[in-house]
Amino acid sequence: MKLFGYKPTSTAWLGLAIITLFILVAVFADVIAPYSESESVGQTWDDPSWDFLLGTDNIGRDMLSRLIFGARMTIGVALVTTVLSFLIGTTAGFLAAVGGTAIDQILSRIVDVMLSIPLLIFALIILSVFGSSIMTLILTLAVLDSTRVFRLARAVATNLVVMEYVEAAKLRGEGLWWIMRREILPNALPPMISEFGLRFCFNFLFVASLSFLGLGIQPPYADWGGMVRDNGKAISFGLPAPLWPALAIAMMTVGVNLVVDWILSINSRPSGASAEM
Amino acid sequence: MLKTIAIRIVLGIITLWAVSVLIFAATEVLPGDVASAILGQGATPETLAVFRHELGLDRPAYVRYLEWFFNALHGDLGIAMTNKRVIVEVITPRFMNTLFLAGYAALIAVPTSVVLGIIAAINEGKFIDRFVNILSLMTISVPEFFIAYVLILYLAVQFEIFPSLSTVFPEMGFAEKIYTTALPAFTLTMLVMAHMLRMTRTSVLSIMSQPYIEMAFLKGLTRSQVIVRHALPNAAAPIISVIALNLAYLIVGVVVIEVVFVYPGVGQFMVDGVTKRDLPVVQACGLIFAGAFVGLNTVADVLAIMVNPRLRHPR
Amino acid sequence: MTRDMNETILKLTDLRVEALSGAVLVDNVSLELKRGEVMGLIGESGAGKSTIGLASMVYARAGCRITGGKIEIQGEDVRVLDAEGRRERRGQRIAYIAQSAAASFNPAHRLMDQVTEMPISHGLMTEAEAQAWALELFRALDLPNPDTFGNRYPHQVSGGQLQRAMAAMAMSCRPDILVLDEPTTALDVTTQIEVLALLKKLIRDYNMAALYISHDLAVVAQVADRVMVLRHGKMVELGETGQILLEPHMDYTKALVAERKAADKLAMIATTTREKPVLEGVDVTGIYGTFKAVKHVSISVARGETVAVVGESGSGKSSLARLLVGLLPCVTGEVKLHGEVLPPSLKDRNRDTLRKVQLIYQQPDVALNPRQTIGEIIGRPVEFYFNRSPSEVKARVAELLRLVGLPEDYAGRLSTALSGGQKQRICIARALAAEPDIIICDEPTSALDQLVADEILKLLKQLQDTLGVGYLFITHDLGIVRRIAHRTAVMLQGEIIAQGPTADIFAPPFHPYTEKLLSSVPEMRTDWLDEVLAKRA
Repeated sequence: MKLFGYKPTSTAWLGLAIITLFILVAVFADVIAPYSESESVGQTWDDPSWDFLLGTDNIGRDMLSRLIFGARMTIGVALVTTVLSFLIGTTAGFLAAVGGTAIDQILSRIVDVMLSIPLLIFALIILSVFGSSIMTLILTLAVLDSTRVFRLARAVATNLVVMEYVEAAKLRGEGLWWIMRREILPNALPPMISEFGLRFCFNFLFVASLSFLGLGIQPPYADWGGMVRDNGKAISFGLPAPLWPALAIAMMTVGVNLVVDWILSINSRPSGASAEM
Repeated sequence: MLKTIAIRIVLGIITLWAVSVLIFAATEVLPGDVASAILGQGATPETLAVFRHELGLDRPAYVRYLEWFFNALHGDLGIAMTNKRVIVEVITPRFMNTLFLAGYAALIAVPTSVVLGIIAAINEGKFIDRFVNILSLMTISVPEFFIAYVLILYLAVQFEIFPSLSTVFPEMGFAEKIYTTALPAFTLTMLVMAHMLRMTRTSVLSIMSQPYIEMAFLKGLTRSQVIVRHALPNAAAPIISVIALNLAYLIVGVVVIEVVFVYPGVGQFMVDGVTKRDLPVVQACGLIFAGAFVGLNTVADVLAIMVNPRLRHPR
Repeated sequence: MTRDMNETILKLTDLRVEALSGAVLVDNVSLELKRGEVMGLIGESGAGKSTIGLASMVYARAGCRITGGKIEIQGEDVRVLDAEGRRERRGQRIAYIAQSAAASFNPAHRLMDQVTEMPISHGLMTEAEAQAWALELFRALDLPNPDTFGNRYPHQVSGGQLQRAMAAMAMSCRPDILVLDEPTTALDVTTQIEVLALLKKLIRDYNMAALYISHDLAVVAQVADRVMVLRHGKMVELGETGQILLEPHMDYTKALVAERKAADKLAMIATTTREKPVLEGVDVTGIYGTFKAVKHVSISVARGETVAVVGESGSGKSSLARLLVGLLPCVTGEVKLHGEVLPPSLKDRNRDTLRKVQLIYQQPDVALNPRQTIGEIIGRPVEFYFNRSPSEVKARVAELLRLVGLPEDYAGRLSTALSGGQKQRICIARALAAEPDIIICDEPTSALDQLVADEILKLLKQLQDTLGVGYLFITHDLGIVRRIAHRTAVMLQGEIIAQGPTADIFAPPFHPYTEKLLSSVPEMRTDWLDEVLAKRA
């Protein structure tokens, strides 16, 4: 079977399967989950049993149901953040590449300064001021992450702007918007798609980390990072409770990474290291 | 070349200054009114006014910035809002601890991953390359606390080899410190190793597809001669930037790890500050992290300039 | 080791090289090279000539494999050797000279270290011996300050010098065979002749056997004893150089020879009475940063005529084109269209002005958006300048495709699947879609194979006859100028040093530079190089 004209590798199929499964789980959480999101149905950290397939959490809620509902928040927030970040970053990046030196200088210098503060540190500073509602979380992360997208979009577009077909469009008298939309965007898409996967992974892990620090998605919503935090103490009793949500996070990113790896390998050519000697 | 380096260093200093403005702006100017954000909606106008005066918020922002900036230059990072302690006194030993942990991890991670990355690159497509590739892909994909908890579960709880909490004291001996911080250091190592390894591999591979490498093979040199004499000298600059980038990444990774292992470093201090909304603490920690980040990048660029033959031997 | 002159030193038997994708790059090619003999490998791109050169060193690029045949050096089958054995023969017995010296030298090491690396690592010479030999080679290759030349880094010397340094590197082990892969193609004509002469002397003086790979028959004719013509990985014809030049047997070779010979002659282009100039540059100067690329140049083009601007790389001829269309603002002088002064910046020019002057580029690959269909590419100017309805645009696209000799159903395709020549036809159609008065052609044929280039030139000429469009034709190739230009301007270092009807430019009295340029273009006879060198000396 082919996908977009290419045959996925077996690892890519595995990745695709994981992503599809997780997204289905997130969408149909209400139908699938055996218990509700926030109801205590057992004791603290019950062992896995037929009633509770993955046991219960620190206040006796069913771990599996929490994981299923958590998929919504955790994946949803990361996805919305990444989409937003790409909208901002790509537009600004293309504008910097096409719009002339002045616009490029202004945008690039702002981004340079923002990039000299580690993302997590910057996010912590802003969240300490605004507090972390889901809206501020998404907006903050999207704006910060868009600086990375900007970098790539600008680099890709700068390489395209020197192409003679773009010059031909300029010579024809086409406007900036037309050039960005019709000449640059279609050619920038392939590298941007794999970058989307990578940025999603990054944001996904980032949201999980923030939630783990207690600064991301706030209760009563179930989210995987927060679940690790809530159940962290179980580890010192030798109980695997925090590992389940952590594993879910890991599987999702592994899945996306496997697919991205495949997409990247489509375009890469063998290097000199593999010549026949 | 000296001129290029000097320009780069000046640029680093300017960046640092711009970063300080940004940090200040983010914490002080953006919210409009920090006082009401902290005291909550129930605060009366009188208490708000008193609190604002106490924080110095009734003065213009640029005055407060200049005061903060010049104090910071003199090593005065202000006083914590919540417990009124002098921040510098609290932060200095913690900063040392963070540096210790980051340095510990870097010492293991940098040589291992650079060597493994080079090995993977020159064996492109072979078993060792694929193995390392998949393994590092897995490691990149898992969150830092997952690695931490797995290590705790197996190495601290089931087999009691290392302590699960890394509480260190200034009085501790060096060997004991190394032992106590083993788990967080391992976690950090795994975290940056995967990235560094993959990036090293990519930059060596891009060198390996250069025509002069083909020429070296056609000169009848052995594989190891080609790699040592022709590939590595040119891979030095990209590898240096890979290392710098990952050390910077390590500094950030430290934040979460410190929280997991309850390690008394700047990261944990900052997270505490954010939870309590203690702005001077957050500003101070932010400045320290950003300073280390900018410093590392500047050093990396300077080194990259120094190994560039075109700049070392101008026309 | 006996130095028997009739000894076969390199023998390829039924050589076959395939790409991992399954494409056959070299299809059962056999050749035999005797000591002291030079064989030219001639062909267009994709003929497999470089692949044969590398395969004779038992080397295949990433993604390719040698899948069949025998490779013998002095009777020994080297293909069956293990990696160590192959490695030992490389450089020692057979050495390689690549097209781009700039890319083939390691930027991190001094030239001397790279030149002496081979004999030292093969254990043939001590460092002192290797350096002494390298100095001798530097002198033989006429390099400036040979004693200190080796202390420089690759980026510190010029392209022509670097190419000679690579020859020295190849000779460092005193190999029996040299593989020269387009060694002068990246150089300007005036540099090419120097390097070519030195390579010829080197091969002769040291009695080398050599494979000389090139796309230019005239270049090969100067050095080769025999010539093999290749196409699509197969041998077309093999013969003595004189026979290939004068009486080729195969049709393909005949076409190649005829096309190359056409460039030597001046086509009888009637110098028509000039109409009023349409596009004029008057005393224009253009700068990049502080570098003056074009200095006080005046030039004009009328409808129905072709004005050639000829010069070597860096002469400012492409910058002149950019000045005229407004991509590079002029700092002195002015650009006029139909007598009206145009605003210096592109942004301030109106649509109709832009429409009247169109540009065709050197690289059709990057001049066409790979994500747009051919119909979109050609239709856009029709829609943009003339506001036609979609059905009118469609009809016009079909008409334009017919005009440039392509099937109408190409409109729905992407350009990526087309050949270089077809892509250039699309570019021409796009330019014609604007119904321009003048088309500026910036080296439109130099990225194309000889025979394809010839067809494009014919098409341009035919379009000029039917549509009356004027061309400003920028090229480095004097052969093209002779064939198509009514008027010619010769550029050197940003200035036009000679300008006038082509017949006058190509007839005495010459400007000294024009004469040097003219005499540096290889001609289709075996004794051309020796003759020129004798004349210059």
